[in-house]
Amino acid sequence: MNAPAVPNDYSAYPDARGRFGDYGGQYVPETLMPLVHDLDAAYAAAKADAGFQAELAGYLTHYVGRPSPLYFAARLTEHFGGAKVYLKREELNHTGSHKINNCMGQILLAMRMGKTRIIAETGAGQHGVATATVCARFGLPCVVYMGSVDVERQKPNVFRMNLLGAEVRPVTSGSATLKDAMNEALRDWVTNVHDTYYLIGSAAGMHPYPVMVRDFQAIIGREAREQILEAEGRLPDAVVACVGGGSNAIGLFHPFLNDDGVKIIGVEAAGSGLESGRHAAAINGGRPGVLHGNMTYLLQNQEGQIEEAHSISAGLDYPGIGPEHAWLHDVGRATYLSATDAEALDAFMLLSKLEGILPAIESAHALARLPEITREVGKDGIVVLNLSGRGDKDVNTVAAHLGRVI
Amino acid sequence: MSKSRIEARFAALKAEGRAAFVPYVMAGDPDAATAAAILKGLPAAGADLIEVGFPFSDPMAEGPPIQRAAQRALANGMTLKATLEAIRAFRDGDADTPVVLMGYTNPLVTWGLAAFARDAGAAGVDGLIIVDTPPEEAGPLADACDANDISLIRLATPTSDDARLKVVVSRTSGFVYYVSVAGVTGVKEADAVAVAPHVERVRKASGLPVAVGFGIKTPERAAAIARVADAVVVGSALVDEVAAAVELNEDVTARVLSKVEALAKAVRVARHGLAPV
Repeated sequence: MNAPAVPNDYSAYPDARGRFGDYGGQYVPETLMPLVHDLDAAYAAAKADAGFQAELAGYLTHYVGRPSPLYFAARLTEHFGGAKVYLKREELNHTGSHKINNCMGQILLAMRMGKTRIIAETGAGQHGVATATVCARFGLPCVVYMGSVDVERQKPNVFRMNLLGAEVRPVTSGSATLKDAMNEALRDWVTNVHDTYYLIGSAAGMHPYPVMVRDFQAIIGREAREQILEAEGRLPDAVVACVGGGSNAIGLFHPFLNDDGVKIIGVEAAGSGLESGRHAAAINGGRPGVLHGNMTYLLQNQEGQIEEAHSISAGLDYPGIGPEHAWLHDVGRATYLSATDAEALDAFMLLSKLEGILPAIESAHALARLPEITREVGKDGIVVLNLSGRGDKDVNTVAAHLGRVI
Repeated sequence: MSKSRIEARFAALKAEGRAAFVPYVMAGDPDAATAAAILKGLPAAGADLIEVGFPFSDPMAEGPPIQRAAQRALANGMTLKATLEAIRAFRDGDADTPVVLMGYTNPLVTWGLAAFARDAGAAGVDGLIIVDTPPEEAGPLADACDANDISLIRLATPTSDDARLKVVVSRTSGFVYYVSVAGVTGVKEADAVAVAPHVERVRKASGLPVAVGFGIKTPERAAAIARVADAVVVGSALVDEVAAAVELNEDVTARVLSKVEALAKAVRVARHGLAPV
């Protein structure tokens, strides 16, 4: 393989075939091909339609609560003693995470396409809750596939989805986590092709999902860019986010990709440690392959069988990563670090105590790399970190790891 | 050699005036030795062509029976290399029955597409069905197959309109596989009346024989499909026999081959107006 070319304009990707360099594409069974082509055309039309964009903007303002604040974390900054740390407060959105930005966009698209039934996959349950929420708001039936392991470790979110009227179907096949939930959602879609819209929550899967989810999440980066210019009069030196499939990260990163001076840093879940083999770091510990409709970095064995991911965070517990991240890694525009379960737990505690904010255990992975990042950027520097979700859902997990019974 | 093995078989069946019976078995299910014995016994039990599945951890178009078959095979250490070795061993004893490998993209990407097509051809593989490589992504694989005289067999589905069919049948040979139901393998039941016009449409678009699969479980259903299609594929119902035999501690090979015999017989007599026994 030739060294990948560094593009002049990152916003020009993906190409018409849904490719970011070698990554992406549409590796799906033939039954689904007409559906993904329809979706591609419908999304392109909606994207260009000012009416659709205005309707979405209205819901984002009045229902989701956007814009989310960009908050200067003074005590965290002081604690690290390096760059100024700003937190993009996506955890303050309705439903408690960034996931609803994408769900609102896709549910409007689904209705525009005349679809009458929504399915989704979820890991931590954040995307499932956000999907169930918009389905309740617009009166559409909703089925959420969730690995039975995740159902067990995210019980409060399962109940939340039920309260919102969604049916949660536990998935017991394979490793019974997010990747298997996605398999099962695809099996549902291939069976119910006429009425069903598959609302994918990650910037992964087959084209057009990676670009569509990115576009709906890019409001994070667009707001952050305006807000930091307002607050500091200049762009940040680095933007940082946790990466599982990578939707919150690509949402923050994308509007900064053409800003050469801004470092782009993703943080993967290193589980028990990269060397342990029990992690969820597709870029740091995987290699390119094809899963769930796209070519990207994957955790896999020598035979090309997909391996189970391991992370304390159900939302990062996925053996792949969105194809745009794979490409940004290869061309060198973004750097992908990792944080272990233990480091994420420490960061969870730290932010709770210093700033009075319980971060999602997913977001805590990004927080865990702040000591190095703030030091490297230095005292005059500015770092923007995406606080993608709130940690209330994780208190049972955190308590268990602390040996506490609540 | 390879493409012509499929062509020769369909030409012979056309002369006989009957449809082909195509059993699908999972390589290494429930273990390598038993799977090899089943494979070896298939032609005598009435298989006209054979589909050999190679296991993948995340088979997104499969229903529970084939998912479980893949998991059994992987749990017993089955690999793609061992799959090719099994086909080579089969080929040593049978020069004529076409073998089509069916599975998912990632194990081939890992092997390298060009190298895999070369090695598969050398092992005696005649055709490839890669479920999650649609025509849009098939260029490199089609090149590799062409270079090794392997048919890249395409799937047409109930969602394929006429415009889509043109894309589906591009760069294909051997036969076209018509997926008779929108869904995963082994769940919904195929309906011969509903399938017939689609088979004709696919035949016209491709100029190739049309095999029908997904959702054919019984001899009766197989016979009904055999009256309208050029080949009848049964997979889930056979891997379910493997599962049942393992569960009941029965002779797996005997149980599977007995089911194959019943299905093959139904397909053979289907167009003679005889009731299948």
